[in-house]
Amino acid sequence: MILIPAFNEEGAVGDVIREVNQVMPGVPILVTDDASRDDTYTQAKNAGAGVLRLPHHLGLGGCVQAGYKLAFELGYDYVIRVDGDGQHDPKYIPTLLDVLRQTGCHMVIGSRFYQSNGEHTSTVRAIGIWVFRMVLRPILGKPVHDPTSGFVGVNRDTLRVFTGSFPLEYPEIEALVVLQRKRFRFEEVPVRMRKRKAGRSTITAIKSLYYIIHVLLGVFVNILKFEGRRRRK
Amino acid sequence: MDRLLNVVSILSLLLMGVVLFSVRRSHIRVEYSVSWLGAALILLLLSRSPGALYWIANELGLTAPPLALLILVFVIFLVVIYRLSVVISDLKDANIAMAQRVAILEFQLQSLNEKR
Repeated sequence: MILIPAFNEEGAVGDVIREVNQVMPGVPILVTDDASRDDTYTQAKNAGAGVLRLPHHLGLGGCVQAGYKLAFELGYDYVIRVDGDGQHDPKYIPTLLDVLRQTGCHMVIGSRFYQSNGEHTSTVRAIGIWVFRMVLRPILGKPVHDPTSGFVGVNRDTLRVFTGSFPLEYPEIEALVVLQRKRFRFEEVPVRMRKRKAGRSTITAIKSLYYIIHVLLGVFVNILKFEGRRRRK
Repeated sequence: MDRLLNVVSILSLLLMGVVLFSVRRSHIRVEYSVSWLGAALILLLLSRSPGALYWIANELGLTAPPLALLILVFVIFLVVIYRLSVVISDLKDANIAMAQRVAILEFQLQSLNEKR
């Protein structure tokens, strides 16, 4: 299944779905609409995707987790997440899926910086990514080149874990720590990201510092987390 | 000192009154009023027992008993706020899980209707 989380992406989500359909014909596409205020729901429906519409805004983590929960309940073995803003080029989806199937890893990350494929990002974001790489390396036991990438694929074991425990805000980095606690394995594959077709990034320059502090705190809390807390879910 | 204790007594009674009024109007559920009423009661008792305050100040090594009262007020409300943070976190977890469940059920219901 292809999972496309979307919030106010009416300008891009339809094209993303059509592109995915061309690359992966016949593969179910699920858009999780995080209570968008615009026409995202109709655009996604008209483009032929199934749409999981949340009753109110949960943020990226809650939105992605809802999609993972449905995929798990429907019995899917692999889920590839593609953002609804058009930044993730669907032509890499088969590569991500092949790596998941052939290596037996639990998660595959589409990485902008793996094998130096020449991708550039803003200075603030680059500093943030460098900090996260340094922090995550000893925790994960291996380098991760693009820990903030949302272009990821997961297998059924990972789906099972994420249905019970998935970070709510800025989930990508904390999700890696959640998997590390289970001794799960991840791989990276080089991808090129595109400019977003419409909408705004959830991480603006002003929010960057808050983002870095929040994620670092989340990483350490996840390391310390008491498993019993999940009983409430 | 006496004036400060009188002010704390009045504020404690006021807090109790506001909380009880809010419970009566269903603005606060009874179980969440307990923390506030308990805090107000402790403050009222302390403000009416200067001897206890002097003892606490002495035990804490403070020269000024009003400082002991301020520290106690701070600690009591810290406990209340912490308890509310736990409650809010639980509610948020439950709310997210419920919103996701509603969306999934709606999706499955819609799929069933489309198949018919």
